Amino acid sequence: MINEGVDISKRQFLTSALTVVGAVGTGYLAIPFLAQMRPSVKALAAGAPVEIDISKIEPGQLIRVAWRGKPVWILNRTPAVLEKLKTLEGDLADPNSNNSLQPEESKNSVRSIKPEIFVAVGLCTHLGCSPTFRPEIAPNDLGDKWQGGFFCPCHGSWFDLAGRVYQGVPAPTNLEIPPYRYLSDNLIIVGDITGDTKA
Amino acid sequence: MKINRLALCGNWILERFPLAKVWNEHMTHYYAPRNFNFWYFFGSLALLVLVNQFITGILLTMNYKPDAKLAFDSVEYIMREVDWGWLIRYMHSTGASAFFIVIYLHMFRGLMYGSFKQPRELVWIFGMLLFVCLMAEAFMGYLLPWGQMSYWGAQVIISLFSAIPIIGDDLSLWVRGDYVVSDATLNRFFAFHVISVPLILVMLVFLHIVALHEVGSNNPDGIDIKKYKDEQGIPLDGIPFHPYYTVKDIVGVGVFLLFFATVIFYMPEMGGYFLEHANFIPADPLKTPEHIAPVWYFTPFYAILRAIPDKFAGVIGMGGAIVVLFLLPWLDRNPVRSIRYRGGIFKKALVLLVLSFIGLGYLGTQPATPELTFFARILTVVYFGFFILMPIYTRWEKTKPLPTRVTEEHSLEEQLHTFEEHLPALLDELSEVKNTGTEIGDPAFRSSFFSRRPTAEGISHVLTRWLKKIITSLD
Repeated sequence: MINEGVDISKRQFLTSALTVVGAVGTGYLAIPFLAQMRPSVKALAAGAPVEIDISKIEPGQLIRVAWRGKPVWILNRTPAVLEKLKTLEGDLADPNSNNSLQPEESKNSVRSIKPEIFVAVGLCTHLGCSPTFRPEIAPNDLGDKWQGGFFCPCHGSWFDLAGRVYQGVPAPTNLEIPPYRYLSDNLIIVGDITGDTKA
Repeated sequence: MKINRLALCGNWILERFPLAKVWNEHMTHYYAPRNFNFWYFFGSLALLVLVNQFITGILLTMNYKPDAKLAFDSVEYIMREVDWGWLIRYMHSTGASAFFIVIYLHMFRGLMYGSFKQPRELVWIFGMLLFVCLMAEAFMGYLLPWGQMSYWGAQVIISLFSAIPIIGDDLSLWVRGDYVVSDATLNRFFAFHVISVPLILVMLVFLHIVALHEVGSNNPDGIDIKKYKDEQGIPLDGIPFHPYYTVKDIVGVGVFLLFFATVIFYMPEMGGYFLEHANFIPADPLKTPEHIAPVWYFTPFYAILRAIPDKFAGVIGMGGAIVVLFLLPWLDRNPVRSIRYRGGIFKKALVLLVLSFIGLGYLGTQPATPELTFFARILTVVYFGFFILMPIYTRWEKTKPLPTRVTEEHSLEEQLHTFEEHLPALLDELSEVKNTGTEIGDPAFRSSFFSRRPTAEGISHVLTRWLKKIITSLD
């Protein structure tokens, strides 16, 4: 390269300018490349609400339905369970659900619209396993302290039968309550809260 | 005439491509220390397993379908209906576990003989990057059969990203491409597993070897062989990689294949450790299996994740367990490389590290009961203690004087010979001859019966001696 009589600073400027323009161009190209990995329109549309008939759920029974591909639990709680829930608050991390996800009308001590019918997303708030339903009290494998609830087999998180997380377990918050409302006494719709919640 | 043509053809290539130069530089004129031992098999074995994974992997893609509706059945189709499909799939699945066995031993060799130290820091860094890529490759590959473990394992690991503050939830959504692990996730994991990560792996292997050949191989004595050279500039303690170590490695390959084939043909699931039982059930997004555990090679890190009772801290702990390995060349303040000449404190620390790693690996396969979580916490502290306290205790070490030239090791033949010599004395010590009391009184063939029985005293004596020997060897 002939460097005599050349304005080096001009050459340097052109090199830098080209580098910057090239980098900006590459940056813009990275957007569609990365954005194509986001959920597609189809995946977004698949979040349609689900209607569930709750008349057939026996007291103490739990049913699972799929909403947005996630398990949603509907549990019919007995009065004894509701009584028990009141005694647990001292052991819970967030008994009043201040740091947890739920619609406003489920932000109460039993975390539901009607106390007996409990609706929750059945995924642990730790790393997304689906906890097991263990309504029995003090079973052999979980020990004497177990008061009935949901146990996550993956990392050992404890939740009570209102989906409230215990202290000293990996899960940071209570189980998520999905948006839902009653269409009639025996019919609920999960994923649609815009209607009239009074049914 | 024919040979002449062949030579001409060869020359035509050599004039245009540095084939001979590359061959000489990396094989016949690459001088490796002459005292390599058993631990030096695992680098070449890792390369062998990589080739195995490439070939069997390509063959598997010919029949596998990366679709949530078809994936599980296509794997069963490969197992039952494709000619030799079972063999190819088992070679691939066993190869994944074999890869980690070989790599863990390879890394332990580096720790033991200080192969990560100056001037081989970059070799270690490239190696660690390879390890991380290998973990990504194994993790994404494990989703593909779309069984229960595939599904929930992926769900848990992708959820790790959601622990990152602020961007976490969006990030895990972006990785999955859906609100839950779904067809979109399976499809992109297939792309990563089959194209991107293997390409990166190959590039890193290339960099790992180039960096190694630039600085030269370390050896069990951890001393520099380039100090003493002959008139031609060849290290006195060096021998050409080819043919000496290529031939040596072929022996290693032979032994490795013996084990590899035994697993493939007789225990391809390895009792649920190589292929987990729950993975023979198709993925069910509504139900987590009763007991979920990752494949064995992730369990030490998984146990650390579970041991920490906080989501974000747990993820940091798990990631940190890998990050500290990257920092090893700068944490170890002792210039002596090989464990043979290092102080007792390092030897003991290394034993503790190995025990904690194996212990965490076991705990990671077990359900998270409060007692086991307690042990996992202790072992997590021990694991991190090895690294975090390293800058301190490596300064206190009383090292032994280094030899100037590499040392001779007793050959297997010699070792067997010494063992043979000592065997009768050892047997005498372990057992005693007793008169059984039965006698044949007949004067024609009068005889007493003796029997040799092991004695508790002799056994305890030998065991304490061995134990003392092991303990003194740690000084």
